[in-house]
Amino acid sequence: MSALASRRITDDLVRPLTRTSWRFYLLVALFGGIVATAATAWLSQAYFGFGVTGIRWPVYWGFYVTSFVFWIGISHAGTLISAILRLVNAGWRRPVTRCAEVITVFALMIGALFPIIHLGRPWLAFWLFPYPSERLIWPNFRSPLVWDFFAINTYLTGSVLFLLLPMIPDFAVVRDRSTGLRHRVYKALALGWRGTPRQWHRLESAMHIMAIAILPVAVSVHTIVSFDFSMAPVPMWQSTIFGPYFVAGAIFSGIAALIIAMAVLRRFLHLQDYLLPLHFENLGKLLLVMALLWGYFVFNERLVTYYGNGPAEMAVFWRTQRESFAPLYWTMVICNFVAPLVLMGIRRLRTITGTVIASLGVIVGMWLERFLIIVPSLGHKYLPNSYGIYRPQPVEIIVAFSTFAAMALLYVLFAKFVPIISIWELKSGPQTPASGVADASHGAVSTAVRGAQP
Amino acid sequence: MAADLDRCTGCGACVTACHAENNISTVGADQAARGRAKHWIRVERYWEGEFPDVQLKFRPVMCQQCDNAPCEPVCPTYASHHTPDGLNAQVYNRCIGTRYCANACPYNVRFFDFFNPSWDKPLHLQLNPDVSLREVGVMEKCTFCVQRIKSAQIQAKAEDRKLADGEVQPSCAQACPAKALVFGDLDDPESAVSRLTRSPRGSKLLEDVGTRPNVAYLSRQTEV
Repeated sequence: MSALASRRITDDLVRPLTRTSWRFYLLVALFGGIVATAATAWLSQAYFGFGVTGIRWPVYWGFYVTSFVFWIGISHAGTLISAILRLVNAGWRRPVTRCAEVITVFALMIGALFPIIHLGRPWLAFWLFPYPSERLIWPNFRSPLVWDFFAINTYLTGSVLFLLLPMIPDFAVVRDRSTGLRHRVYKALALGWRGTPRQWHRLESAMHIMAIAILPVAVSVHTIVSFDFSMAPVPMWQSTIFGPYFVAGAIFSGIAALIIAMAVLRRFLHLQDYLLPLHFENLGKLLLVMALLWGYFVFNERLVTYYGNGPAEMAVFWRTQRESFAPLYWTMVICNFVAPLVLMGIRRLRTITGTVIASLGVIVGMWLERFLIIVPSLGHKYLPNSYGIYRPQPVEIIVAFSTFAAMALLYVLFAKFVPIISIWELKSGPQTPASGVADASHGAVSTAVRGAQP
Repeated sequence: MAADLDRCTGCGACVTACHAENNISTVGADQAARGRAKHWIRVERYWEGEFPDVQLKFRPVMCQQCDNAPCEPVCPTYASHHTPDGLNAQVYNRCIGTRYCANACPYNVRFFDFFNPSWDKPLHLQLNPDVSLREVGVMEKCTFCVQRIKSAQIQAKAEDRKLADGEVQPSCAQACPAKALVFGDLDDPESAVSRLTRSPRGSKLLEDVGTRPNVAYLSRQTEV
């Protein structure tokens, strides 16, 4: 790669950090306002009592737990996908990985808030943590909620490391191109990075270890989230298929979130030269594969329930299949299966617009999927006398949907402070063949980094 | 406990007595319609058959105090736990309100406090000093009137004797005019409740879920 091209990449990708337009402030104000509204709504819930929500006997989980599962699912966008792409050394991954890893970290942060948001007494949330209390009471390690705590924390720690490691050389680039306060901040963040072969070697090995270690963690996280449901004797919850079903759904919604984020970044940060139609097409193919897998799991879940013909299960089954929840159910099937199959199956439609439309559908569909797993079962549990209908109230609706604004806010802020595309990875050559990438990248990038120093 | 469905008239005296004994706050008609009513014991009413050939059935349902209770392992803070006596205890002060136990309960006999408790006057003057009040955000449920069991045990121990069968009565059993509810020690094979549980009419509610409940329902003899 020529020094000129390399300089242009650096210029293009560092520009969003140094130049701030009024649109940035507008977006931050807009999304920040929505998040502040939601925080107020939640504080009012804590103040007036949980009764301001639509939660009721016997539907004790609703929008909050739906959002929890949904966002933990979205978090599989990143680390998992980028780890897989790194391990198979897919060259087209380079501009995509950081967008994806950021989604993971932020989605986990948002998702992990919901177990606290939905508590009856959130001020005692620390009782979920295993800390040596003076009364020697530990959390109940048999509870799937405590497993969640460990799984999510492990995944969050791993994802943050996985995100931070490849950011170090980029921090160094920004450090070398900035002055004043910004220089001092990025100098601290760059951890003394000088681009020596030794440092490159260590970075590569650390990332390789993390990529391998994060895969089982990612799979375990959503399996454990699915255990929240499959461990309870509730009709249509107690299913052995929930682990892989949830993981597949999580990766599915994660890819969709990644495609949307990439399309937005491409447009607003003018990254047309870096996020190419090819990337969207490849991710569209992944989306197609996951749509087929998801369709298989739903079909399997439904068919097994239907053949088992248990009275309690069948009550829930028909409720989603053709009674009150049927409109939502069939919307989900169309959004998650029919639409992606058509849009991603036909090559001509696998464009940027096509993949984004399919992804928006998948986001809607996957949110509905989580809702349809939780609410119809709880409202139709065994004894017909105790059936109940859940109607979400404004507080829950605001809090649940403001999370999208929270995600956007975090993303906007992140893109302001960190190059959203990994500069050094991009420079290590998108078209280089799989073998020899590592060697080639070392030389090229360390030269580039050194060359960028004033 | 044993509940003889042949005797149950569905009068609801047990529900009222339970509210009075256990300081269960009333939530008002509006909140009750939103599914916030708390009835530790409820009388389920089922109509069977087509009009005019209908049959009305009642079934009092309270916490079944399962041996293999699904509510216990899921609680992250041990608020829901098993006592040595075999009761499913709920420690209100330890509850943080995940509501997981209520979701896991197949009988839907766990109730969440959506607001701080309040009573229409003059009901606030008749609170039971032996039962703690529950604040907003915790789960509560039937205790088999554990305060009565404990005080009777203490009394018996002070008098250096064993608890006699029928000495302890939860308020629902005490209030039942038809004597449909019988309470006692299932570990004592000679107690009235043990004998009723062994009756050929006896069955457990949702036995196939595998919770091993400790309440036996005696079916109506017209059906045997």
